[in-house]
Amino acid sequence: MKQTFAIGIGGAAGQGVATPGDIFAKIFSRRGLHLNAYNAYQSIIRGGHTFLTIRTGPEKVTNMGDQIDLLIPLNQDAVNRHLGLLTDGAACIYNADTIKPGAAADGVQLCPLPVSKLADITRNKVAQNTLAVGAGLSMMGIGFQALEEVLAEQFKKKGEAVVAENVGIARAGYDYATSNFKPFAWPLPMTENRYAVLSGNTAMAMGGAAAGVKFYCAYPMSPSTGVLHWMAAHARKAGIMVRQVEDEIGVVNMAIGAAHAGVRAMCATSGGGFALMSEGLGMSAMMETPVVVIDCQRAGPSTGVPTKTEQGDLWQMLGAAFGDYPRVIAAPLDIGDCFKIIPEMFNLVDKFQCPGIVLCDLLLSEGRLSVEAKDLDFNVAIDRGELITTNGAPSSEGTNGTYKRYQITESGISPRAIPGVPGHIHTAATDEHDEDGVLISDEFTNPIKRRAMMEKRMRKVVGIEASVPPPELWGPRDADVTLIGWGSTKGVIEEACEILSEQGISANQLQIRWLLPLHGDEILDMLKDARHTIIVENNYSGQFARYLRSETSYVPSGCIRKYDGEPFMPHHIVEAVKEQLSGKTKLSVPAHEIMV
Amino acid sequence: MATVVAAPKHLVMADLKGKVDPDWCPGCGDFGVLAAVQKALVELQIPTHQVVTISGIGCSSNFPGYINTYGMHTLHGRALAVATGVKLANHNLTVLVTGGDGDGFGIGGNHFVHTMRRNVDLLYIVMDNQIYGLTTGQTSPTSRVGMKTKSMPFGNIEAPVNPISMALAAGATFIARGFSGEQKHLTELIKQGIQHKGFSFLDVFSPCVTYNHDNTYQWFRPRVKKLEDDSAYDPANWIAAMEKSLLWGEEIPIGKFFERTDVPTLHGAEPVLNAGPLVHNAAPIPPDVSRAFVEELM
Repeated sequence: MKQTFAIGIGGAAGQGVATPGDIFAKIFSRRGLHLNAYNAYQSIIRGGHTFLTIRTGPEKVTNMGDQIDLLIPLNQDAVNRHLGLLTDGAACIYNADTIKPGAAADGVQLCPLPVSKLADITRNKVAQNTLAVGAGLSMMGIGFQALEEVLAEQFKKKGEAVVAENVGIARAGYDYATSNFKPFAWPLPMTENRYAVLSGNTAMAMGGAAAGVKFYCAYPMSPSTGVLHWMAAHARKAGIMVRQVEDEIGVVNMAIGAAHAGVRAMCATSGGGFALMSEGLGMSAMMETPVVVIDCQRAGPSTGVPTKTEQGDLWQMLGAAFGDYPRVIAAPLDIGDCFKIIPEMFNLVDKFQCPGIVLCDLLLSEGRLSVEAKDLDFNVAIDRGELITTNGAPSSEGTNGTYKRYQITESGISPRAIPGVPGHIHTAATDEHDEDGVLISDEFTNPIKRRAMMEKRMRKVVGIEASVPPPELWGPRDADVTLIGWGSTKGVIEEACEILSEQGISANQLQIRWLLPLHGDEILDMLKDARHTIIVENNYSGQFARYLRSETSYVPSGCIRKYDGEPFMPHHIVEAVKEQLSGKTKLSVPAHEIMV
Repeated sequence: MATVVAAPKHLVMADLKGKVDPDWCPGCGDFGVLAAVQKALVELQIPTHQVVTISGIGCSSNFPGYINTYGMHTLHGRALAVATGVKLANHNLTVLVTGGDGDGFGIGGNHFVHTMRRNVDLLYIVMDNQIYGLTTGQTSPTSRVGMKTKSMPFGNIEAPVNPISMALAAGATFIARGFSGEQKHLTELIKQGIQHKGFSFLDVFSPCVTYNHDNTYQWFRPRVKKLEDDSAYDPANWIAAMEKSLLWGEEIPIGKFFERTDVPTLHGAEPVLNAGPLVHNAAPIPPDVSRAFVEELM
């Protein structure tokens, strides 16, 4: 099993959980270590309980893992909740003045910091956090200089005195630990690599910028707001018009307006906001104006659990807006993929002139991952499709030019002229229309024309399917068990497969990225020799399992589902697989042991 | 590469004729609005391909199909949101938004308020007939108290909105009211609205001859009184405009209620657009900029 080290920092919102997290993340990534961070939090600005897990190691770290090696509780509540999870070799660094940890398991090192003796807590209210960071790094075998550099950057804006004060406190914690606590058995290694650390929301926003998005608008909604924040902060440098709109109905309509005028336009929301957008999605399809909508799923229905993750919006995406129309739905597999998937989606929707949905979730949107800089390459292929932006055609300015916006073609794609181009005047309508854009209701709803236009638009489905690759089966062909997932569960399923293999159960993985088109025939072909198939997903009803069955009639051997708001941990899947292979059940719902 | 540029064509009324004739009921007030818009565009000589007419849904929202400009016939109530996107993507276009009172003040009320406060540079013409026509005659947000319709057969008990006061309160920078029966006056208001830099709101009494038997041409004609005829009226005075907006009954003012020119337009206030319309800027992000975006994450 690959070597990793995980830190858990717990406390109330407002107590400063994020800053030590950021400091650790920076030090690890600069040390050439990979990392994955996940913050379990509540919809509250001050108080409550927040638990940040940062897991690091020299190889790719794809999920939060199963164990905490170092616990830093910032209050009594955090130690009460999490100390019981620590096992032999782990440590807990805490403020001896305010926290009484109680009994820990054998081999767990309790590390009390005499905070009021080591720092002037009347001057610095978060001294305990800084002391703990220093102590922790000492025990991990990381030189103090790395911390000094990061602190200097972190507090640069506040002036040299603040930097010096924080470095001094960190140093006191570092030295105290060196003399009083036992270092971890596995000192953190160092590599030559350097990684960028980013959230899925930042990755999707950057992916949009790379794709040439010129118009981004949104209404704030967790967990999608990070996309808006990146876009707003970088808009002027990136040449992107960013607007905050009055509601999600306005958002999608504004984005479609900008797209119709000829720019790439994108917006992001969560399930509730998406529900408001669905009529607009139909407009994009009917006017054949491409738009990309990101849905960052959170636990529903309704307001649901705003700060918790779920994969519960699949059927909303499949059924969004009434009527039949071509659409593309893709779920990024990890945070690096959040970047990559956006330009791919834009090329598809520009080519096929239809709406595209990126189905992300809180786990990726707000999680953080180390990514190689080369995987954030802005030099991406851009294909705007059949777009007429200048008056190339020998068509005259006037009433009845020869240009037909919705010309019936074999591919279903009609060349799209944008407003402002002479000789291509037309009206784009949400009413059914003829090839030249005239409403068919203006001539007593002609059934022949209606059928022809429906078939024209739906012919694009064939082209879309041919433009998107089918999924691949990863791992040994003749595995004992095949785990099927979609989107964000890629990393945790991958690790579960590794653990299963180590325990003598060979496992392979089929991870779905393109949900629509699905490539059902290819999936059936891949699964036909599988010995035991299990669909793993973060929802109650098995939304993907139901979708796969509706498209292919395929029924898996079993399902693993989780709908408590927290993501899967590898052992959840491993234990469920064993339970199912032994014939105990066909449906496992792992319990989340960490109370966050 | 040499580009052949044809000399600008002199626009005549026939150039503005759409692909199909309007299917409005004979006598509908919307015919007068269509003619006035076409006349205004001819008088201003704006090339047709540089105009986008955007509507929502309803009788009057069929407008874009009847005029030879670029057109978008969008969703019920959403025309202003779509139009904002169009204008921000290409602010060189002249954007006209057309629709009815149900579309604009009912289902689209939210976008109406916010588009005004943003001062998006477009002309919004509401063909206000105080009734829902395309759904065959129900009460609208501007129907008077007591008016009997299919949805309120015992009479409307809800107070109507006052579009002019609303526009004043929401910060529209050009506010006027016209009457479909006053062609010349209406054409002049449309011209002013197009030329105004910012959000222009034009509420037009456009009688529904089929479903509204209260607010007819005959009802309006003796009541409407042009603000322009009152030499003492100052459209720069917001308070005076608000007072005038409250007049209803025997005397109903039409004309320009209010205009101010000191508020930046939305596209004018955003430095991202200083380099010109977004749609003409196809250049990718410079490598040093994108590199810096990645560097800040390291």
